[in-house]
Amino acid sequence: MGAYIKGIGIVSPQKTFNTKTFLTETVEHTTNSLRCIEPYYPEFINPVLARRMSRTIKMGIAAAMVSLRDAKVEMPDAIITGTALGCWEDTEKFLVAMIENSEQLLTPTAFMQSTHNTVSSQIALLLKCMNYNFTYVNKGFSFESAVLDAMMMLGDSDAKNILVGAHDEMTEKYFNITKRVGFWKEEAVATSEVLRSTTNGSVSGEGAAFFVLGKEKGEDDYAQLRSLKMIFEPENEHQVEEKINELLSENGLTCADIDVVVYGKSGDVRYDKIYSHLEDTLFKNSASVSFKPLCGEYQTSSSFALWEAAMMLKTQTIPTAIQVNKQPKSEMKNVLIYNHFMNTYHTAFLLSQC
Amino acid sequence: MSQKIYVTGIGLISAIGDNVEQTLDSLTRGKTGIGELELIDTIHKTRIKVGEVKHTNEELIKRVGLPADTKITRTSLLGMIAAKEAMMWAGIKDTNDFRTGIVSATSVGGMAITENNFNDYLNVEKTGDFLDYILTHDCGDSTEVMAKYLHIKDYVSTISTACSSSANSIMLGARLIKNNMVDRVVVGGSDSLSKFTINGFMTLMILDKEQCKPFDKDRKGLNLGEGAGFIVLESERAAAGKEILCELTGYGNSNDAYHQTASSPTGDGAFLAMEKALRLSGLKPKDIDYINAHGTGTEVNDLSEGTAIHRIFGDAVPMISSTKAFTGHTLGACGGIEAVLSVLAIKYNLVFPSLNFTNQMNELKFRPSTVLETEHPINHVLSNSFGFGGNSSALIFSRH
Repeated sequence: MGAYIKGIGIVSPQKTFNTKTFLTETVEHTTNSLRCIEPYYPEFINPVLARRMSRTIKMGIAAAMVSLRDAKVEMPDAIITGTALGCWEDTEKFLVAMIENSEQLLTPTAFMQSTHNTVSSQIALLLKCMNYNFTYVNKGFSFESAVLDAMMMLGDSDAKNILVGAHDEMTEKYFNITKRVGFWKEEAVATSEVLRSTTNGSVSGEGAAFFVLGKEKGEDDYAQLRSLKMIFEPENEHQVEEKINELLSENGLTCADIDVVVYGKSGDVRYDKIYSHLEDTLFKNSASVSFKPLCGEYQTSSSFALWEAAMMLKTQTIPTAIQVNKQPKSEMKNVLIYNHFMNTYHTAFLLSQC
Repeated sequence: MSQKIYVTGIGLISAIGDNVEQTLDSLTRGKTGIGELELIDTIHKTRIKVGEVKHTNEELIKRVGLPADTKITRTSLLGMIAAKEAMMWAGIKDTNDFRTGIVSATSVGGMAITENNFNDYLNVEKTGDFLDYILTHDCGDSTEVMAKYLHIKDYVSTISTACSSSANSIMLGARLIKNNMVDRVVVGGSDSLSKFTINGFMTLMILDKEQCKPFDKDRKGLNLGEGAGFIVLESERAAAGKEILCELTGYGNSNDAYHQTASSPTGDGAFLAMEKALRLSGLKPKDIDYINAHGTGTEVNDLSEGTAIHRIFGDAVPMISSTKAFTGHTLGACGGIEAVLSVLAIKYNLVFPSLNFTNQMNELKFRPSTVLETEHPINHVLSNSFGFGGNSSALIFSRH
């Protein structure tokens, strides 16, 4: 397995879309629910079509189109998407209309676009791409399942370039609902202060990120994605360490080879402990960087981390906005991402310089 | 990749039975499960016919042996029942002896509960244990619940590609075994009826007020259904010494890339999915003995699918039927349920009837089988599933 990252398109609460700059400036939000900075769509989607589309569909399509252009790939051999909630805004729209109008006078558009596979399908439709098309909906493992499928497919078929991505959106209503199960902070927090927060809950986020993963090494690749692991509800820190060691040894590496670790610290005092533990133990000699203060917490946020790791390896720089402690000693060769959603879905990605 | 994928277990629950035995009985007696909607309160109750599982959630909770106050969705419950039956059939008592995974599929996950609780969720004045249902909404929830119930932990994933979802979970399961990620995997899907789905299909105006008539010239639309269907796939090593029900020899996935909800009149996605499945299986079209069609009974699907079938098979279309007039269209579960029926077709050499068919479509040259066929050897079955968003999938099951 293993894949080369050939193109990326990412819409996030930061200025990440369609740019080669790497967090040279950051947008300081003060909120407990981050919203994406939306692209100017007419370049990617016919305005007539766009008018009927929800934010996540538009953001997903724009991210996908930019990643293909970035990779100079016109027709991917597969389109694989991961999303925890699918097209929630359309789902909510139809649901609310159904409840408020007592099931009467409903129109089909929101329902038609509410299915979880809408983004994958709309991308296929725009590209006229009749190849393999899959959508994973696995809570905090949605993006990971999609990436794993893509990596498997690069090995077990003649697919050369696969478009793989993630998208999730937040609405006011859904924020309020999930706040009731303790996901989010009560108070607004400034982006630069998130990691110093001492309260329960995270700042919610959202995003859409697509990657072109290729089988063969090229000149302009961002990085090599070597492997990933998912750990569901790890019982203790030891189990996490064991899985990370397993991932590294399967790739002929040890902890000492990891130059930078991208941690999913979210500022939730209940759940950030595992990151500090890894920082102090396995990776005490590696540099630490963060990503969640910039994009917020959501089930497919590791897609933002993957972009960040790929950009670090490609540019060999660590923007100050994500730097948590020391700089790597020399060249960055290997980067590990360790992330979890609500301490339930733990994932580790291993990337190497091309 | 010549590794064989064995089917060693089957399980299902739908409007025509709570298990394999009852289902087979309904199928062989031609007894449909489509009728009045009883368990969901909707204004459309008298305007539609559905394939409903006639057990309340309370009854299902009891059946799976959970405490009565468990906060669990109907999608999870149906899935647990079907997946458990499939595992028992495969004789799996210990999930530690081989790496075991589960891939499930659903279109609406926990919507049947969300739609009733939504306003209460938003009303901060109102508290109570109903809040425990909030996180059961996500599609991935039902798979996690099933995985815990069945003690499966080596691979857990969920697919949602509308009505082709569970055919895709079966396909992924086979690939996971071939890629040496697991030794065996429980694959299929589960969906419960919801007001959301019923209203959605009402707005699309593709529901038949009466029993659906797949492939009939005068077909008026589909009947929604609910249920779950799972099969157990095992590697040669894991299946050693077991009764092999059949093999999964082919699978293909394609996208029609034509319209968000309608299939192309030329059936391009369906054609490509079937073509890929045949190529992988190494079979020729003439080797297929029975097609369990997607055959929803809508104007668009049956024409698109039928056209694609002619493109593959020419005029020599094998025996074909749609079992949707028995079960209703169970959306994210139909690929799983119909996979179980395909396995039964091989095991007992049966072709199930396409109920309610009278007049042949002008555009097609084939007529579906309308009676139970018992006299023909059934060695290879093609099962089709197509969904919103152009997602098209085909599976081929073959006698071992």
